[in-house]
Amino acid sequence: MDPLKSPPPPRRRIRADLHPTVAEGDDGTASFAAATRNGTAPRHRAPERKVQRPYGLERMRVEDLVIAYAGKPAVDGVTLPMRSGEVLALIGPSGCGKTTLLRSLNRLVELTPTATRTGRIVLDDEDVDGLDVTRLRRRVAMVFQQPNPFPMSIFDNVAYALREQGSRKPRAAELRAPVQEALQRAGLWDEVADDLDRPALRLSGGQQQRLCIARAIAAQPEVLLLDEPCSALDPRSTAVIEELIGHLADTLAVVIVTHNLQQAQRIADHVGFMYLGELVEYGPAAEVFGSPRDPRTRDYVEGAFG
Amino acid sequence: MSSPPAIAKPPRERVQDWPRIDRFAYYVCWAAGMLLCAIAASIVLYMLYRGIQYLRPELLYTRPEATPDQSKSGGFLDPMIGTFILTTIGVALAALIGISVSVWLTEYGRPAGLARFVESAIEVVAGTPSIVLAIFGLLVFQSSGLGFLSFEAEGGGVFGRSFFAAGAMMSLIALPLVVGATREALNAIPRHVREASYALGKTRAATIWRVLLPAARPGIATGLALGMGRIAGDTAIVVILLGGSLLTPLEDAPPGVDVLRGTGSTLTSYVYNNSPAGEGGSPEKAYAAAFVLLLIVIALNFVVDFISRGRKPGVQWIR
Repeated sequence: MDPLKSPPPPRRRIRADLHPTVAEGDDGTASFAAATRNGTAPRHRAPERKVQRPYGLERMRVEDLVIAYAGKPAVDGVTLPMRSGEVLALIGPSGCGKTTLLRSLNRLVELTPTATRTGRIVLDDEDVDGLDVTRLRRRVAMVFQQPNPFPMSIFDNVAYALREQGSRKPRAAELRAPVQEALQRAGLWDEVADDLDRPALRLSGGQQQRLCIARAIAAQPEVLLLDEPCSALDPRSTAVIEELIGHLADTLAVVIVTHNLQQAQRIADHVGFMYLGELVEYGPAAEVFGSPRDPRTRDYVEGAFG
Repeated sequence: MSSPPAIAKPPRERVQDWPRIDRFAYYVCWAAGMLLCAIAASIVLYMLYRGIQYLRPELLYTRPEATPDQSKSGGFLDPMIGTFILTTIGVALAALIGISVSVWLTEYGRPAGLARFVESAIEVVAGTPSIVLAIFGLLVFQSSGLGFLSFEAEGGGVFGRSFFAAGAMMSLIALPLVVGATREALNAIPRHVREASYALGKTRAATIWRVLLPAARPGIATGLALGMGRIAGDTAIVVILLGGSLLTPLEDAPPGVDVLRGTGSTLTSYVYNNSPAGEGGSPEKAYAAAFVLLLIVIALNFVVDFISRGRKPGVQWIR
């Protein structure tokens, strides 16, 4: 068994009849304000974070977001800010809506025919509904659970987002610099620099995932969405990617969905705990893991500790 | 010093210990497989024997001659060229239509009712005997508007038999194979690969061009090679839609549209015409041509095998 995988979430102990603390009045923002005041002392072993980054610029925000599949809400009234220069981790048991929330941010959820959405998603004070979807997705990039390089060379994979839709222009010579930069930022350049024409699917799983990250950041997005990016990788590749995410968060707003609570503790600045579509708790990672205010959050993170 | 006690091995399961009915069925299956191998081997060996016996190099590069004297009736250069032309036309059309239909079915496929209708249409085409396709094709290509695809008589009658006409109907034989292989290949691409492309701001069309079709290329190639084998081996459409002449009019060099509008023959129709079943003029040459045809089809099968096994392990996505 993967030593980094957390034990299954303690779903039986969660009492659903309790109301979430953050849902009262001004959900997400309330706990955010509480967090800035730096409130209660942690009751549990709070992880020591090396650097607590200063709060960055708010890049993206969802307001009263409800997403329903065939009328059944999967995300239910979530309000959440995403800031530049921080990692926001969404945690929660399977089927709690965190992936749906993530996929709604670049409007990928619209590919599901039965999905409907109410509420606002704002990117730099602009409603994403007003943006061209192809432009939006270049600004809000995404990396998936399974490494999925395209069946082309390493170079063409990274250049893919930089090129016009189906065409091969601009030509390779003009794209060398941005491709190299993206591969360097993704920490893959040294491993592939000597043969960029190699088929990308020949790389190892961890390399493939870093290539997917390079591909996603090549077009200089403002927000990077990661949907359990390490769940198909071995612990060593996971560690490499986690470190990489930390570096990327210096310049980007990173939102990561993870089932792995230790991972969330290691890399997240803020954590949102979702349960049954609701955002139950949101706050700085140390606070959510150290002194969760909602019993459901406590049950969930304790189950993982225990 | 005593050797350690022998570990009791569980008795190996033997066929002899099976119930009689199971044993019987087992041997029947075994015999069926062996019989099939024997049949395949005897076909190849017999044709090899006949081929070596009758095949002369000059048969491959001399043209058929209309003469009662078989020693002067020439070889089957024209039928070979005819097979090549017809296969090319048929496969090109089948690729164009088949890949388009498969992409539409897997990537769009809406409204669902229309998609189901298209699927059953392909099944109907797949199930239609080629002789029926041939007769139907004659009906279509003899209609007065389509004279430009074959020859038109003075009075306005349309001959309706040409490489164009035969190639068009041949494409219908290959079409279900191309559609089947292409759809299978496209469906094998996990959904998250498509989503990864959309998530980079690419449209559906760009995703199809740059990601999905390249990924499906081995599958498409397999379908096309299978289709080629079917076209090269079909006789009914050739006999009915390519006309009865053994010669392909290649005089106007370089051969152009007139050749494609004209009639000709293929290896299959050459075999048919020379065999005792046809005019029976020259069974030796029929054997030689059949041997060449068999080699072509077996070679195509090996190409299919090579393509479909050529995919390296590990060059696959996690689903």
